[in-house]
Amino acid sequence: MTITIINSPVTVERAQSVARHDPHTEPWLVRGIIISVAVTFLTVFVVLPLILVFSEALSKGVGFYLSALADSEALAAIWLTLITAVISVSLNLVFGVAAAWAVAKFEFRGKTLLVTLIDLPFSVSPVISGLVFVLLFGAQGFFGPWLMSHGINILFAVPAIVLATTFVTFPFVARELIPLMQEQGSQEEEAAISLGASGWRTFIVVTLPNIKWGLLYGVLLCNARAMGEFGAVSVVSGHIRGETNTMPLLVEILYNEYQLVASFAIASLLALLALVTLIAKTILEGQIEEGQLHRDD
Amino acid sequence: MTIEVRNIVKQYGAFKALDNVDLRVADGELLALLGPSGSGKTSLLRIIAGLDWPDAGEVSFDGENALARGAGERHVGFVFQHYALFRHMSVFENVAFGLRVQPRAVRKSEAQIRARVKELLDLVQLDWLANRYPSQLSGGQRQRIALARALAIEPRILLLDEPFGALDAKVRKELRQWLRTLHEEIHVTSIFVTHDQEEALEVANRVVVMDKGKIEQIGTPGDVYDNPATAFVHSFIGESIVLPVDVRDGQVKLGHRPLNIDAGSAVGPSKLFVRRHDMQIGPVGEGAFEGTVRRVRTFGPIQRADIALSDDDTLVEIDAPRDRPLTTGDAISLQPRRYRIFAGQE
Amino acid sequence: MGLTLTWLSLLILIPLAGLFVKTADLSLSQFFDTVTSSRTLHALRISFGLAFAAALVNLVAGLIIVWALVRYRFPGRRLFDAIVDIPFALPTAVAGIALTTLFAQNGWLGAPLASLGIKVAFTPLGIFLAMVFIGIPFVVRTVQPVLIDLDVEIEEAAVCLGASRWQTITRVIIPSLTPAILTGFALAFARAVGEYGSVIFIAGNLPNVSEIAPLLIVIRLSEFRYADATAIAVVMLVVSFLIILLLNRLQRWAQTRALAVS
Repeated sequence: MTITIINSPVTVERAQSVARHDPHTEPWLVRGIIISVAVTFLTVFVVLPLILVFSEALSKGVGFYLSALADSEALAAIWLTLITAVISVSLNLVFGVAAAWAVAKFEFRGKTLLVTLIDLPFSVSPVISGLVFVLLFGAQGFFGPWLMSHGINILFAVPAIVLATTFVTFPFVARELIPLMQEQGSQEEEAAISLGASGWRTFIVVTLPNIKWGLLYGVLLCNARAMGEFGAVSVVSGHIRGETNTMPLLVEILYNEYQLVASFAIASLLALLALVTLIAKTILEGQIEEGQLHRDD
Repeated sequence: MTIEVRNIVKQYGAFKALDNVDLRVADGELLALLGPSGSGKTSLLRIIAGLDWPDAGEVSFDGENALARGAGERHVGFVFQHYALFRHMSVFENVAFGLRVQPRAVRKSEAQIRARVKELLDLVQLDWLANRYPSQLSGGQRQRIALARALAIEPRILLLDEPFGALDAKVRKELRQWLRTLHEEIHVTSIFVTHDQEEALEVANRVVVMDKGKIEQIGTPGDVYDNPATAFVHSFIGESIVLPVDVRDGQVKLGHRPLNIDAGSAVGPSKLFVRRHDMQIGPVGEGAFEGTVRRVRTFGPIQRADIALSDDDTLVEIDAPRDRPLTTGDAISLQPRRYRIFAGQE
Repeated sequence: MGLTLTWLSLLILIPLAGLFVKTADLSLSQFFDTVTSSRTLHALRISFGLAFAAALVNLVAGLIIVWALVRYRFPGRRLFDAIVDIPFALPTAVAGIALTTLFAQNGWLGAPLASLGIKVAFTPLGIFLAMVFIGIPFVVRTVQPVLIDLDVEIEEAAVCLGASRWQTITRVIIPSLTPAILTGFALAFARAVGEYGSVIFIAGNLPNVSEIAPLLIVIRLSEFRYADATAIAVVMLVVSFLIILLLNRLQRWAQTRALAVS
C-alpha cells in the first residue's frame, strides 16, 4: 500500500501562517529550548542522583547488596525506623485529624495562630527541632535532671527519636485535610446531627468517608518523612550503634566509614520508599480529584 | 472597514464547527451572530479576530487577506464574555495597555497616552474609576472597561463575544441600549455574538442566524422575525406553534383533516409554523382548526390560552387580545392569519 | 478542640518556648559574643546567602519547568511532572550522599567539572547545588496550579491589543503569577536555610569556609555548649521569621493590590 500526502501550496502556506501567528504559544525553537532546559535540569539534579543511589548500591553485585542489608546493624536500624514511623504516624493521624477538624469546622479565637503553629515544623530547621528536645530532656535540660534521678532515659534513646520524628512530621496530615474539609463545609455534618446522629457517629459515617483519600495521602507523606528524617533525629539519637540508629543515621555512619556500598544499600531502600510513596501519591491524587468531581455533580 | 468571509471551514476532530460559511459585513454595520451554543458563531468570531485559524476558506478586510496577519496585526478590538481584564493592573493601565505595547517608533508619548485613556474612560462614562482595580468593579463596569480597552487601539473592527452573557438581566438591558448608542457615536464595523434573540433583534442592524456551523438566514431584525427563511429560524426566533402536516396535491392536511390553507411551495410531510399571536379566534366552523379552551391566564393586554385541538387533542398555546374573553370549556375555531409551511418534519 | 490545642502546646509551643528560655542562660553580652563570633557569622552568612541564591535559581528554573509542564506536550511529560517531587520525598541523607558522590572529583558530573577546573564537592558551590536540589519542588508546585487555572482569554486579550508574545508573557502572565512565585520562593528559601542532611555531606564543613549554621548548632551541642547552640538557633529563627514575614507582605501586596482602595 502506498500513502500519498498531497501538500497543496495553499495548505502549506496556511500551515506556516498558522504556526507563525498562533497567539497561544511560542515559536518551536523557543519551545524546544524551554523543554530542553526543563528536562536537562530535572535530569541532572534529580534523575542522576537517584540512578546513582541504585547503581552504587549494586556496584559490587546483588550478593554483596543483600548481605549489606542483612547485617545485624542494618536490621536493627530498619526495625527502629519501622517502629518510629508506626508510632509517630499513628499519633499524627489522630491529632492531625483533630487539628484539621478544629480549624476547618469551627470558628474560634486564635485560629490563625493555630494554623501557623501547625505549619511551624515545616519552616524550622530539623536541627533546631532536634535541639529543642535536647534542651527539654538533656542532662542540663528542663526535665533532664528529674528524669535522670528517676532512671528514665529519653534523650539519646528511642523515646526522643519518636518525639522528634512526631514533631517534624506533624504538619503533613493536618495540612492535607484542612483545605479538603474547608471545601466540603459542615452542611453534611449538620444534616447528620439534625437527624439525630451523635458527634462520633457523624464523624465515622459522614466526615471520614469524605476525607478518606486526603487522609491516606497525608499519612503517606507523613510516613515517608518519618522514615527518612535525618536532622532532628541525628541531634537526639546519640548514634548508639544497633540501638539508636535509624536507617538515615546508619547511612551517614557507613558513608563516613567509607563503607560506600553498604551505605548506598540502605539508602536504596529509603529511595525505594520515596519512589513508592510518589507512585501511590500520583494514584491518590487521581482519586481525590475524582472525589471532587463527584461532589460537583 | 468591510469584512468578507468566504467558504470558511473549521473542524474540531469529527465536529464541524463551521461548514462553508460565507458572510459580508458592510462598513459601519452592527451585526449580530445569533445561534444556539455549538452553532459555530463564536468560532467564526475568533477566526475573524485571528485567535483561531480556519481549515479552509478566506477572510479579508477591505479586500486584503486577513489570514496572512496574526491577531496582533489585524487591529481588531475584541471584547470577551468574561471581560479578560488584567487583574494586576488598574483600570487606567488596562485601558492604556494597547497603547503601551506599541513598538517604540509609533508609540505615543506618556501625555498622549494619558489623554487618550481619559477620553476613552469618558466615552464609557467611567473616568472616576481610573485608579480602581478590576476586582473592585461591578460586572457591568468591567465590561465597559473591557470595551474601552478594546477601543484604545482604534480598532478597524470591533468584535464582541457574548458581551452581556455574564451580566444579570437588568444590567444587560441597560448595556444593550448603551452599546447601540455608542455604536452610533463611533460607527466602527462591529460584530457581536449572542444566543439571546432579544439582544440580537434589539441591538443589531442585521442579524445572522446560525445553526450547526451553517448560516440559516441573514437579514434585518424585522426580516428574520417576520419572514424566517427556514424552519430552524422560525422556531429559534420568537415563539411558534408548530404542527406536523402533510401536503399533497396543494392540500394541507393535519392528520386526516384538510385545513383549507395555501400550501406554498412545500410538498410531502411538512411543518406548519404559526406565531402565537397570529391565531385568529372565531366561532366553531369558521376556522382551519377547531378546539376547546383548557386554561386561560392574562398578562396585561393579552390573554394566553391552552387550546386542545379537537382532531388529536394536541395542546397549542395562543396569545389573543382581551377584547373577547375566553373561558375554560369554550369551543372555538382558530384561523392562522400568517403562517409558514416548511417541507420536512425534522 | 481543647485536646488539639493541648497537644499542639505540648508538642510545639513548649519546646520552642524552651528555646528562648534557654537563651536567657546567656547574659546579653555573652549572647552577643556568641552570635557575632566570626565562625557563627560566617556560618549564618553561608546558610542565608547560599539559600537565597539557591532559591533564586529555583525561581527561574521552576518557572521554566512549570511552563514546559503546563504549556507544552512532549514525550515523558507526566514522568517529569512526577519527578519534580523526588527532592521532597527522598530522605535528605540519601540525597546528601548521592549528590556528594555525583559531584565528587571522580563522580559522574564531578569528574568532567573538575577537568574544567570547577571543584564542587566540599566547597560552598556544593552547598549551593544541594540547596538547589531540595528547593526544586517548591516553586514548581506553588506556581503550577495557578498557571493551569490562568484564563487563556487574558493572553488573547493582550494579543488582540497588539502585544507581542514576549510582552504578553512579561507584562500579563508573569505578573498574574507573582503571588505564587513569591510563595514558592519563600518556601524554597526557608527549606534551604534550615537544610542539614542533604548539605552536610557535600559541604566539606570547613569552619569559616563551608560550614552551615545548622551544622554549627550540632557541633556546639556535641561540645555540650547548649546555650551557644541555642543562641545560634534563635538567631536563625528570628532572621527566617523576618524574611518570611517580608515575603508574606510582598506576596499579600501583590495579591491584594487589586483590593486596595484608590
